[in-house]
Amino acid sequence: MREEGMTPGPPEHGPSPTIWPLGFAVGIAVALVGLIVDPMVIASIGAVIAIVFGFLWARDATSEMRRAAPTVTAEVREATPAEAAAMPEAKPAPEKMQRSRFLEGATLGLGGIIGGLVTLPVAGFALLPSFLGQKGHKVDMGPVDAYPIGKWFISTFTVDPSEGEVSRRTAFVRNNGAVGNNVPSFTIISNRCAHLGCPVQANGPTGAILGEKNVTEHTVNGAILLRPVVPAGFGCPCHGGQYDTEGNRTAGPPVRALDRYSFEIDNGHLVLLSTFSVSHVVGVGAQAKIYKYKLSGPGQHVDGPEQWFYPLEPPHH
Amino acid sequence: MAIRREPSRAQVRREQMLAAATYPLDWLEERSGLVGGVKYFLFRKVPSDTNWMQTLGSATLTAFLVQAVTGVILAMYYKPSPHDAYSSIQNITDHLTMGWLVRGMHKWGASVFIILMFLHMGRVFLFGAYKYPRELNWIIGVLLLVLGLTAGFTGYLLPWDQTAYWASVVGINLNGTAPFVGPWLAQFLRSGQEINGNTLSLFYSLHMLVIPAGIISLITLHLYLVIRLGVTSPPWSREAAGREVVEEPSTVRTGLTRPAPHGGASGGSD
Ligand code: HEM
Ligand code: FES
Repeated sequence: MREEGMTPGPPEHGPSPTIWPLGFAVGIAVALVGLIVDPMVIASIGAVIAIVFGFLWARDATSEMRRAAPTVTAEVREATPAEAAAMPEAKPAPEKMQRSRFLEGATLGLGGIIGGLVTLPVAGFALLPSFLGQKGHKVDMGPVDAYPIGKWFISTFTVDPSEGEVSRRTAFVRNNGAVGNNVPSFTIISNRCAHLGCPVQANGPTGAILGEKNVTEHTVNGAILLRPVVPAGFGCPCHGGQYDTEGNRTAGPPVRALDRYSFEIDNGHLVLLSTFSVSHVVGVGAQAKIYKYKLSGPGQHVDGPEQWFYPLEPPHH
Repeated sequence: MAIRREPSRAQVRREQMLAAATYPLDWLEERSGLVGGVKYFLFRKVPSDTNWMQTLGSATLTAFLVQAVTGVILAMYYKPSPHDAYSSIQNITDHLTMGWLVRGMHKWGASVFIILMFLHMGRVFLFGAYKYPRELNWIIGVLLLVLGLTAGFTGYLLPWDQTAYWASVVGINLNGTAPFVGPWLAQFLRSGQEINGNTLSLFYSLHMLVIPAGIISLITLHLYLVIRLGVTSPPWSREAAGREVVEEPSTVRTGLTRPAPHGGASGGSD
């Protein structure tokens, strides 16, 4: 090395070539193929290959770092008498905390505190409103009589008329008739796709094809449009998710059944309350057993091991 | 023997004019050193065999500047409220003088910007220009890529039509499926539980204030590192990557913090 007053770097930067990544890649490939061919045996073999080679690769790549640091003794040389004479007297011990150090710390500390005091409210202002005071809306869907027993309607309504069109929602509504002690039963399915939230459509004839008229009910929530439909199921235009008439996923990427609305009957009117999520439904209509969960976002599993990915839901109604 | 002649009047006038013209520059240079800085930036050394592919970074920068300028003009007429957003966009497109052009440049330029970022990234990757000592610039580049994509995502909602609405629904829900933080991120992006007027304001603020500020700061850092470290020569170069060939062993410490392993000063920028 030439004298340049610089610390020489290692001649080669970076690790030398190794074959472990190849084995690792083969393992991943086998695991991926195995997922399709034979998830139990082949995929496990692939995983084992990948883990073993991954471990060897990591060990190889970090060998440099893990080597014990060499011990180096400081060079010492006796001072010549001339040098010793020229050397200044040892300085008195420095003050415990020098003034400049103190000022430096005070400036940084005060600056930090002031910065924090300004930032916190701003950050809170920007972030918290999305999570606090989320309230639900009731939607008056018109008199129960507007829903003949056993018929499906595609009903559209604005959840919050003050927000306008952007709060327009669609639900598929069927009156199942009264059950037991004259308790009304409705199947009310949200059209928000359980894949990524596109508007699910009813697969079946409506309007003129069906020879039935659309009905508009005027309620406190404004105009509620009811379009009669005979659905064979529900389908999503975005990525082809398909559902049966109870909202169970039958095909495509959705991860669970369609969400549903809870409801109450108030003064003879059907009133929508909040929405809840459903993993699947067994049976149909009034006899259906609905596996009900707290409302989750589209694409989130509510059951099975995948639900562990979403342990904490943000506050919502 | 040279004959000394008085300079002609034309010559004198030319010199006076030159002095007058450079006066503002000299004034600026004396007080700020900016002129020297720009000169250094423009005339710094680069490897002799740099390639056209290495202009992709500057092309990306140009695309970003086009977005910034057209975006500022659009912001003069765009109204970020659920009631006015769509009609203000229609007004820009159909009625404002050359509004269609400015909007078209911004809309198509957004894709150009993102495509150029990827091409530039591809060239950096294929040239191995992300390696020591430029790892940090690669990381800054990745952040730029994320911010660029976020700018595209937030801008897409602003026309407030069906395409904008449903694309944002799907995009936000996609974020919502991320493990652990997903539902929180989605609810933040929606400004609550459902997309509404607040979502539009949030996206507008992110799109035209927060993200551009972030991109500009990161571009500044990015270019600082490009100048400090110098650009790499192509992989097929006969010169070692990013190193200037120096005949005499240099005794002055220049450029990079480590010397070349086999002679020559390190760093391409000096
Ligand atoms: C806003 C987007 C970006 C702008 C304006 C930008 C601009 C530039 C410019 C002008 C250069 C020097 C000329 C050249 O090498 O092309 C450069 C170099 C570089 N860029 Fe970017 N860039 C951007 C995004 C990215 C991304 C996404 C990456 C990678 C993830 C990246 C990584 C790099 C690296 C490592 C260099 C150094 C290349 C070398 O020294 O040869 N940049 N950038
Ligand atoms: S959003 Fe319905 S299938 Fe993807």
